[in-house]
Amino acid sequence: MGAQKKAPTRAVSDDPEDLARVPLQAVLLADSFATRFRPITLERPKVLLPLVNIPMIEYTLAWLESAGVEEVFVFCCAHAKQVTNYLENSQWFSQPKFSVTTIESHNSVSAGDALRLVYERNVIHGDFVLISGDTLSNMSLMRALQEHKERKKKDSNAVMTMVIQRSKPSPITQQSRLGTDGLFVAIDPTTKQLLHYEENTNHLKGTFSIDKMLLVDNTSITLHNDIQDCYIDICSPEVLSLFTDNFDYQHLRRHFLKGLLVDDIMGYKIFTHEIHSSYAARVDNYRGYDTISKDIIQRWTYPLVPDVLSLGNSATKLERRGMYRASEIGQSRSAQIGPLTVIGTGTTIASNTKITNSVVGKGCAIGSNVLIEGSYVWDNVIIEDGCELRHAIVCDGVTMKSGSVLKPGVVLSFKVVIGQNFVVPPYSKVSLLQQPTKQDSDEELEYADNNSDTLDSATGTMDKLNGDSSLEFSEMQHHVSSELGYGGVGYIWSICEGSHEEEWRHSVAPIPAEKLAEITQVIEDDLELVSQDSNAPASSGELKPDSQINAEDDAVYFEKEVEATFLRAVNENVEVDHVILEVNSLRLSYNMQSADCAGAIFHSMMKLALDTTHSTHNELLRNVQNTVNTWQKLLKSYLPGKDEEIEVILKFEEICLESARELSPLFTQILHLLYDKDIITEEAIEDWESEKKDADEADRVFVKQAEIFLQWLREAPEEDDEEDDE
Amino acid sequence: MDFQVVVLAGGFSKKLVPLVSKEVPKALLPVANRPVLSYVLELLEQSNLKDLIVVVEGEHAALLVGGWISGAYVDRLHVEVAAVPEDIGTAGALRAIAHHLTAKDILVVSGDLVSDVPPGAVAAAHRRHNAVVTAMLCSAPVSGPAESGSSGGKDKTKKAGRYNLIGLDRSKQFLLYIATGAELENDLRIQKSILRAVGEMEIRADLIDAHLYAFKRTVLQEILHQKDTFQSLKEDLLPYLVRSQLKSEILLNGAPQPEENGNEKVASQNNQVLLSQILSNSSRPNFHERHELDSYGSAPARRTHKCCVYIASKSKYCARLNSIQAFSDINRDVIGEVNHLSGYSFSAHNNIIHPSAELGSKTTVGPHCMLGEGSQMGDKCSVKRSVIGRHCRIGSNVKIVNSIIMNHVTIGDGCSIQGSVVCSNVQLQERVVLKDCQVGAGFVVIAGGEYKGESLAKKEK
Repeated sequence: MGAQKKAPTRAVSDDPEDLARVPLQAVLLADSFATRFRPITLERPKVLLPLVNIPMIEYTLAWLESAGVEEVFVFCCAHAKQVTNYLENSQWFSQPKFSVTTIESHNSVSAGDALRLVYERNVIHGDFVLISGDTLSNMSLMRALQEHKERKKKDSNAVMTMVIQRSKPSPITQQSRLGTDGLFVAIDPTTKQLLHYEENTNHLKGTFSIDKMLLVDNTSITLHNDIQDCYIDICSPEVLSLFTDNFDYQHLRRHFLKGLLVDDIMGYKIFTHEIHSSYAARVDNYRGYDTISKDIIQRWTYPLVPDVLSLGNSATKLERRGMYRASEIGQSRSAQIGPLTVIGTGTTIASNTKITNSVVGKGCAIGSNVLIEGSYVWDNVIIEDGCELRHAIVCDGVTMKSGSVLKPGVVLSFKVVIGQNFVVPPYSKVSLLQQPTKQDSDEELEYADNNSDTLDSATGTMDKLNGDSSLEFSEMQHHVSSELGYGGVGYIWSICEGSHEEEWRHSVAPIPAEKLAEITQVIEDDLELVSQDSNAPASSGELKPDSQINAEDDAVYFEKEVEATFLRAVNENVEVDHVILEVNSLRLSYNMQSADCAGAIFHSMMKLALDTTHSTHNELLRNVQNTVNTWQKLLKSYLPGKDEEIEVILKFEEICLESARELSPLFTQILHLLYDKDIITEEAIEDWESEKKDADEADRVFVKQAEIFLQWLREAPEEDDEEDDE
Repeated sequence: MDFQVVVLAGGFSKKLVPLVSKEVPKALLPVANRPVLSYVLELLEQSNLKDLIVVVEGEHAALLVGGWISGAYVDRLHVEVAAVPEDIGTAGALRAIAHHLTAKDILVVSGDLVSDVPPGAVAAAHRRHNAVVTAMLCSAPVSGPAESGSSGGKDKTKKAGRYNLIGLDRSKQFLLYIATGAELENDLRIQKSILRAVGEMEIRADLIDAHLYAFKRTVLQEILHQKDTFQSLKEDLLPYLVRSQLKSEILLNGAPQPEENGNEKVASQNNQVLLSQILSNSSRPNFHERHELDSYGSAPARRTHKCCVYIASKSKYCARLNSIQAFSDINRDVIGEVNHLSGYSFSAHNNIIHPSAELGSKTTVGPHCMLGEGSQMGDKCSVKRSVIGRHCRIGSNVKIVNSIIMNHVTIGDGCSIQGSVVCSNVQLQERVVLKDCQVGAGFVVIAGGEYKGESLAKKEK
């Protein structure tokens, strides 16, 4: 959109003015409102977790400052105190042109709540950057901001600009990179307006659908699967009021974005800004943590790299092969520190220890003959001799007794002690805190109210634990052979059913080969699903899976409604004619054929007969007889011809096979009854029989059952006919 | 080029009644006084595609078309005319003549196409990508004067956007998605798998399918044989190929020679395997770009087939004569905007008046008009933007605007004809006023008759 708009002099003269009037503000959500980083996040907020030895929020704040943001409102909810304390003691509170204000809340359970609270505070006056505290970027905001402002000027409905980035379009790369699922978006190629946003949560659905109305307004839209959402949004102040107006908006993407895209009454629009050469990513889960750490070490995020951004007084130096070493490291000569590794200040490494592709924090004591590979060891960790760590996260204050082993994907939360020679199984999460009983790792439940309770109670426990930890410890030491081996302290969290499958997706461990194959398999299943789905209808000429599904749904609803009507008629003694009227109106509203009505009514009748008390088959038959007697007029009014009658027989078969097996032994008798009552003519029965001639054995059960009756029909009718003729 | 061309010339299209009749099948309807089929044939000839099968629905129509072709193109083209039963659809027609196909690739052209896009370019694109099918797409109708003129034309362009939805890859060379006909009524349903494979897909509503396809013969024959319910190329066969373009890969191993990967599922789907074997036979061992993206890591390389598109540049003309509106539009365009198609050289006044035509005094024939051989016009007539056929007798004080008058039409004095189509041998008596009408062949309009937006034709049929 830039070309003609870019008249540089104007833009430049305009912009500083705007900026002068309203300082650029940002809302930083220092709570992810998710549980992906549990158990660690039970004790420390996610934004304070170290990413290559620097708390995540540092990266975000550093970027905001460098991008020209002047006022940041840090919204903290879980562990609000910790975040505030951290910020108060950090350099950020003393910056001259960069003010950081914290907003604390204790009952917000979602980003939506957070933004509503921000709105109440009435602190945002202009466009602002919405970002969560776990986002890392080095992009320049100027372009995006300018585009946003230009758009806003022309169209006041353009309330948000979302920063996106291109990635490789394959579920495997997406999965193995940030551990996020593929994202399907539709964008208008000319205006860059976002038209559709779908997180690929449902792996089973092989297609995704787009509102056809989108194409009425646009002659062309682009669909992307190669887009990565950076979770950096430039918002107009309206966004906050929108959250307030729509109190049910919780999740930024799932609710807010979807809400705006679906709702065309207000006409709010969301645009995208694609960044090409800069870096932006969000630490969404352990895998993202792993990937982004590596990106930082490999300096993709420059200038947000350890040697530039180092905190406090300890300088980190970059050496060859991606090695970062802080000062005051006690390293044995025989220790091998491999490539792409970061070692924090005051850490000592004993002889014959091998560390590769890992990050080791401050003040760790690593014994001899230790193997650390692809792991993240935070501060003050004690690793005794002969331990092995592969692709694990080890939090502050952990002690690993000699010979213990961490299998890939293990997460050790704060101050856990692993017993001697204990092998922690893959993907286990170990914490001093017990797993909250109401564990709701399910995405959908994340915003359930009980979540905050869990969190609070957990925090409570944690505080208590912090308070008299010595007591707890001694208590724990009593049962020395805990589930973490001799002398171990902590609980291994059980992996709940649903999330088990997810563990490998989101862990720091590389995805095992078989899982990769599995993903591929999923895709292939997808393909197969799609092809089957498209083949079946295609053979009948036209492809309309959608309408078929709808039709089926409709049929089910229709049947239910007819049944309800019928039962009411029975209970309230409504006249048959009235029932017919009601059913007719249903038929019209569902656009059904009379065959469908007949089927539905017959179904309801049989159900009534079944529900009437009976103990033997004979009683049941009598019930059926009674019902048929009473309601034959109703049924007949929907049986104008043979085809409808056949439909009834087919329906009857279906009932016998599925919903009411009790009726199946009576099939022939009831069929005979219907024949006697002239509800079903013999032609219909014959046609039904011939229709079934070529069917599978299973489908012919009832034909066989009725064989005698059919035989009789075939022989007897001639006389009937003759009689009729006479 | 080893291309065999099948021209689907249709029969007596019901949509074009009363313009078509027993004597004039759709293929022979005049566009600027030449049968519409001649535009396709000459277009093919220009691309040096001379080996043609013209498929006509109905024996009688086939005779008429065959007669005309043998007269007009006897020494220029090698044309076979095949008659197929009526109403069997485009796929049905192809199925009926499938055994005649021998060349490596088949170009299927609709006989009602009026275009200047070289089919050779489509064929070349097809070969270049070694595609299973290549479809020619053109930008939404160049309705030419329609935009400046009648509002009817505008409606049409608006509607045209709803004809097709077409999904293209980034390079705009591959066809990833197509929605036609009834599917347009629903929301779009796009296979995630294909989107995953390509990453980016552009959905366009401003392209129309020109009904010019290049097919790989083996694939075409196999599908026609196996999917015997397919009726229409555009609505059944093409979407099928597009949908399954990534599917064939899952049934086959990545090795260059088609080799089953020992999957039981595969074995159970014998037909599928056969079909996909053929489909994948037709694609080279090293697949197209999209597929390379797809064969990552440990995943087995997969089989695909390619569906390509050739998008005609916006400056090219492309239209299909498939409605009465289109008939008028095309006639107007061919003598107007895109007159190079007509094959005539226009006079300085931008019109064509056959030397043998006679004009009365004070009769004016405006630009973008055509007056056929041996036609006579009386005094004080005015003709604007119209085509008048051969041997017409037109009286005095006649106004003809935006209309098509076919051959041997007699028009009485004082008639006014606007936006209408008058077929051959029609007689308009004095002072007839026609506005937006169609008059079927041989009809007689009584003196002084005034009609608006009507379709006049002889009752007997």
